[in-house]
Amino acid sequence: MSALLSIRDLAVAFRTEAGRFEALHGLSLDIPRGRTLALVGESGSGKSVTAQAILRILPRSAEITRGQMLFGADGETVDLARLPEEGPAIQAIRGRKIAMIFQEPMTCLSPLHTVGDQIGEALRIHTGADRRESDARTEEALARVGFPDPKRALKTYPFELSGGLRQRAMIAMALILKPALLVADEPTTALDVTTQAQILALLNRLQDETGMAILLITHDLGVVANIAHEVAVLYRGRLVEAGPKDVVMRHPGHPYLKALIEAVPRFDMAPGERLTPIRPAKAEIPPQREAPRLAGPILAVEGVSKTFTLRAGRLFAKPRTVRAVADVSLRLEGGRTLGLVGESGSGKTTVSKMVMRALAPDAGRILFDGGAGPQDVHAFSGEALFAYRRTVQFVFQDPYASLDPRMTVRQILSEPMEIHGVAHEERRRRCRELMAMVGLEAGALSRYPHAFSGGQRQRIGIARALALEPRLLVLDEPVSALDVSVQAQILNLLKDLQTALGLSYLIVSHNLAVIDYMADTISVMCRGRIVEEAPRAALFRHPVHPYTRALLAAVPDPSLDHPLDMAAVTGEASDPSRWEAPFRLAPDETGAMVEIEGGHWVRHTAADARRAA
Amino acid sequence: MIPAILRRVLTMAVTLLVISALVFFVIKLPPGDYLTNRIMELRATGDAGSIAKAELLIRQYGIDRPVWQQYLMWVGLMPGPGGFSGLLQGDWGWSFEYDKPVADVVGDALWLTLLVNLTAVIFVHLVAIPAAIYSATHRHTAGDAVVTLLGYVGLAVPGFLLALILLFYANRWFGLSIGGLYESSLTNRPWDGEKIRSLLAHLVVPTLVIGLGGTAAMIRRMRANLLDELAKPYTVTARAKGLPPTRALLKYPFRMSLNPFVADIGNLLPHLVSGSVLVSLVLSLPTVGPLLLEALRNQDQFMAGFILMFVASLTVVGMLISDLTLVWLDPRIRMGLR
Repeated sequence: MSALLSIRDLAVAFRTEAGRFEALHGLSLDIPRGRTLALVGESGSGKSVTAQAILRILPRSAEITRGQMLFGADGETVDLARLPEEGPAIQAIRGRKIAMIFQEPMTCLSPLHTVGDQIGEALRIHTGADRRESDARTEEALARVGFPDPKRALKTYPFELSGGLRQRAMIAMALILKPALLVADEPTTALDVTTQAQILALLNRLQDETGMAILLITHDLGVVANIAHEVAVLYRGRLVEAGPKDVVMRHPGHPYLKALIEAVPRFDMAPGERLTPIRPAKAEIPPQREAPRLAGPILAVEGVSKTFTLRAGRLFAKPRTVRAVADVSLRLEGGRTLGLVGESGSGKTTVSKMVMRALAPDAGRILFDGGAGPQDVHAFSGEALFAYRRTVQFVFQDPYASLDPRMTVRQILSEPMEIHGVAHEERRRRCRELMAMVGLEAGALSRYPHAFSGGQRQRIGIARALALEPRLLVLDEPVSALDVSVQAQILNLLKDLQTALGLSYLIVSHNLAVIDYMADTISVMCRGRIVEEAPRAALFRHPVHPYTRALLAAVPDPSLDHPLDMAAVTGEASDPSRWEAPFRLAPDETGAMVEIEGGHWVRHTAADARRAA
Repeated sequence: MIPAILRRVLTMAVTLLVISALVFFVIKLPPGDYLTNRIMELRATGDAGSIAKAELLIRQYGIDRPVWQQYLMWVGLMPGPGGFSGLLQGDWGWSFEYDKPVADVVGDALWLTLLVNLTAVIFVHLVAIPAAIYSATHRHTAGDAVVTLLGYVGLAVPGFLLALILLFYANRWFGLSIGGLYESSLTNRPWDGEKIRSLLAHLVVPTLVIGLGGTAAMIRRMRANLLDELAKPYTVTARAKGLPPTRALLKYPFRMSLNPFVADIGNLLPHLVSGSVLVSLVLSLPTVGPLLLEALRNQDQFMAGFILMFVASLTVVGMLISDLTLVWLDPRIRMGLR
């Protein structure tokens, strides 16, 4: 049987101010019927352009310059590349025979229309179904993708749903007409690991049920290893490798794919093993002043809680409250790294904001030791607070949003030093030094952020955080917004800086592999509480708490020998009342931490904790 | 939902009260008032009868009382000495300049003002929305350039100048009388068919002139908003579903781009009233704009106060309308109210 979609010598070019730029140079690719083809590559490799070209939804500035896309479904073959872009022929194929899901489930659904309206729309325009019929079919589709209450979901708006449910709604929308081909552009990149595993399991099941083909676009080799049948690797607009998954992943031929596999943090790495970045950053770190020797930890969070009040809807109604952080304690030794892991909404970012003194805790203390003994961060004022701001710095998740596009790199790096009164000459010297430290050319100081790639921008962000010679860096998802191929580069840079400067890191992430690579001790947070904390090796070798185990089980491993257990991923891991004894907690129960081996603490029910003690 | 509206109405009332205080004290800020100035003038000429009448008015409207009492009387929270009952009771006071009750002076001007300006608002939207949609979807084409150029011309040409030019040609080509909202011979006629026909013919020029600047500004803003929304992923999703382009455009990005304009309704109404004073003067339109200007110059306090309060009420009511429309249009705001 012939392929469902045969792409032959496809070239796509963009018109830019600098002239024509060819994003795809003669791509040839077959998407087999009923199978999943993973298209792998870094940003700019042309993988999203391929997806847009198939549906003919390329941006206005792009055009297909040559090639064919032969799509053979229902006994007839059309060349998608020949159809007029806004004609009825392609409109009849979009959504009916080829459907697409996107990376950001929030921005891909209109916030002004109900989920039911948006899902049923494809049905109404392609089959002329009336409202009642489309609602009935939509309800079925929602049930099929695992909505808990499909009837009610028809009338909900996207912003009332969690990220995972929104992506399920997108899938329901794409699949309502049972298309022959589903194009999935990074469908799980914006989701938590546990949600990602559920969505992958769902795609697998739906493929078995409907026999559709999937073109999966991703940069995550873990996802590829778990659901693809075939793999194609794109590099700078060219196909560099293609074939069955087993062959390609086990015996990568092209140096780019080999390098990509080396660059991803894995759980089975030897202690002290370094990642091999595809493009290493050459950092020159000058010798620094000696860090003060501390008697205790540099940062101690003691029983911190934070409750947020939501605005009351009615005139005299009692305001609702959300407990974001409940009785959290952490210890970070000087020069070490503490990893804070949890799903979105677990309270980890709130904790980091309280450490930064951007939020005040309702209860508990945060003690920081800058060399003069532990002091309560939230008791600082005036001079002491100003000095604290200097010693604790923040690295943001999104390197695109965290740098002002109207400031040059020099201005960006100088601003914190200006605020803290560093002399002009010293600022200029320090700027050059900082650029060398993060492996960038000093000549780039006069350029603006848009001239840099994501990884380079993140290095600028790190340089800015280092400008004032801080002792503690708070890293909030430092590589989540970056390509896999540059993640290794940033992580290695952070490690080198830590060794050379004696920095302490508090790293917040939902990516367990990153935490595993970076952290010395790890705390796992769920619903505002720490449920397990342990030294790195102990936690990953011997996870005890059901939530930690669920998190670990949900991480797709790039090696083919550890497939995800698709049957085991459910959404129940973050519900304390569903944990097995002795971990099960009633809705208002706190439980207590129990030490099961040296430094390895797990939260048990209080009764059980007393028995253990 | 209903408690939220009640809360809004309550804050509206408080807002209006605060505005009334501000309006009154600002009017009273310059030294003297219309009547005392007038009495001084009359003393110079020695017209005893007129002096007595002016002094009677002073007592009747309590202008010899302290300012705060005058304010309370004007608003209608305190009974006036000579049967003056205040705004809340529907007594808008006396225009000293015209020597008539304010209600009689303002009369037709109020609803003609509303008529002229609402026509202008409708004109702005009818022209600007299609032009902006065309301009945004045909970005960087000749058509877009023409719309943009016309928009800039509309922004740059002063309204009164355009009014003069249009008046000249309207008279030359269509034989319309110059100025006014109806033939001057019909001034004292009741509103019958002929007068209404005359009114409609005379509305064309003021609508064009008053609306043009707003149209140009709205095309620019709407085009920018739409271009932002057109680049959003949900627009791509709609295309990927197979929606025809026009339907996809109107259902998703266009609806999203409406929000800022709906939120602007409250500002639009008073801006059109105060912004069209010059045009009203040039076209000698019987609207409240010129009356306000004159009343302020002559310290005709009840007249000025009433017109300012009228504009303020338009603003506040406009705000309520835009808030309620937003609640209806945007579920995110609706859910926020629950």
